[in-house]
Amino acid sequence: MKQFKGRVVTPGNLKAEALVSHYGLNTLASFQKALQFGDKNATCGDQNNPDLFGHQMAGKALCLPQTIGSTTGGLVLYCACSMKRQPACLLFSLPIDSLAGAGAILASVWLEDEGSKMPVIDSLGEEFLEYVKTGMTISIEEDGTVTVE
Amino acid sequence: MELNKEQQQILNGEKGETLKKVMETLVRYGELFGATKLVPVTSKYNHLVTSFGLKALGPVYDLMDKLIQEGEVSKQQFSCDPRPLDKNVPASFLQNFIFNNFMYSRQDFYEGQLQQLGLMEKDAFTCTCYMDEVGNKPQKGDVLSWAESSAVVYVNSVLGARCNRNSGIMDIMGSILGYVPYFGLLTDEGRKASWIIEIKTTKKPEAQLLGSAIGMKVMEAVPYVKGLDKWLGTELDDAACTYLKDFGAATASNGAVGLYHIDNLTPEAKEMGETLIKEDALVYVIDDSELQRVKDNYPVMWKNADAKPKLCFIGCPHMSLEQLKTWTDNVEKALKESGNKKVIVPTVFTASPQVLKEFNKTEYAQRLKATGIITSYICPLMYMNNPLSGKMPVITSSNKLRTYTTARYYTDDEILLQITKGGKN
Repeated sequence: MKQFKGRVVTPGNLKAEALVSHYGLNTLASFQKALQFGDKNATCGDQNNPDLFGHQMAGKALCLPQTIGSTTGGLVLYCACSMKRQPACLLFSLPIDSLAGAGAILASVWLEDEGSKMPVIDSLGEEFLEYVKTGMTISIEEDGTVTVE
Repeated sequence: MELNKEQQQILNGEKGETLKKVMETLVRYGELFGATKLVPVTSKYNHLVTSFGLKALGPVYDLMDKLIQEGEVSKQQFSCDPRPLDKNVPASFLQNFIFNNFMYSRQDFYEGQLQQLGLMEKDAFTCTCYMDEVGNKPQKGDVLSWAESSAVVYVNSVLGARCNRNSGIMDIMGSILGYVPYFGLLTDEGRKASWIIEIKTTKKPEAQLLGSAIGMKVMEAVPYVKGLDKWLGTELDDAACTYLKDFGAATASNGAVGLYHIDNLTPEAKEMGETLIKEDALVYVIDDSELQRVKDNYPVMWKNADAKPKLCFIGCPHMSLEQLKTWTDNVEKALKESGNKKVIVPTVFTASPQVLKEFNKTEYAQRLKATGIITSYICPLMYMNNPLSGKMPVITSSNKLRTYTTARYYTDDEILLQITKGGKN
């Protein structure tokens, strides 16, 4: 078991299974099929991301460096949250990028339903991504503490 | 964040709940990135990334409805990314059925929303709104609230405007308020390069391949590219701008680049030279073998890797007038060499409605039509994003289209060979 402390972007308290990407998450490429064709598991469709391609993202603690790609990224995250197909939380090793930041803030300000929440913590450090592996259990707390076991 | 009296009043809800939420969104967004103030948006027009009436984007339309009902429309008029549908583009009965009845069934509704929110004109749909023919071309130093990754990286790098890589929805929020948070690529410090790219190729590197290699390496950092002026020259003429359009789109989609500097060519690099490079900048050397390595690593997403291409898309981002003319010459020449009268793979060239209008005034338009190539204003990405199109063996020279779809990437020369000679030299 190991604990990490990051910056809280949007707060939350939960436990979920880790899904780890060592590559940038291309939000549009990853979520577009899930949103268009009713895949409630949000199966990742990004062919360039061998860590995530074909994996279920909904309900997982998605651990990643940053997001990349199209500037639809933020609204794609917003829609995923609104449709309740979002990851349980987003945990960034690096400081959050502008697109993921937009998605997190838009969902937090404009969506009121509890089921649409997506806690986000960033700046967890390189060691976090080196330590965490897909399938591990992750707990997050409102102060930005992330426990990996 | 320090707000002036009016901004604070808005945040306090004194001008309505919806505007309060718009302000809260921008303030929280800015604070995430260390912004200490909001600065006025100074460009004449805005540009929005969301152009498609995709059924799945219901939450976006609900939000737009809320803004319209509350009268919180854009303070600027705006252009938008390309439309997703055009009956000129080859599609099967089933594809058309899916496009019109499932995927883009809300296109007319959404375009109605866009008109109420401030669309420049009814055909202001393109990802290359900065072209002269379209007329949404910011000035150097303008502060923007744009989205569309390929347009943002172009106006920052080639025009010297200042814009962050804003997300869809965030783009119109800045325009409604008339302010954006001051951070990142809006600041002098944020425009400095933390990567030096040294180009050591033996020939002019393919724009879309070079951009891909750099994007994958530097992610969201600002690269300072040395050695490219040897191939592009030191003036931003039509050919150089076209190259940089395609190069930039690949850096932004294969990575997350929002600004690049080209030594001796782009405006800030010309003015400030290597003072734009941070002291601890990393170095990435690109030679012929590195570009080949990057290309060889692209996954082939076709079920049958040896399938004969059924469709070819050129123009993601949309083609320039110069590009349409050059391709017309090249296709004609290659067809003459092959003995074929028309292209042997159905091929679509995409460009903005305004560029196509100008192109159609030239003698090139008839010549291109004679080769069998179709022109269209659509977004090829929107055409490709469904299971039916995804199963088609589609080829493209766009690295952005390759990244987001199952389309297979080839260089411009390889594409020319494919469409005119079936891939045989």
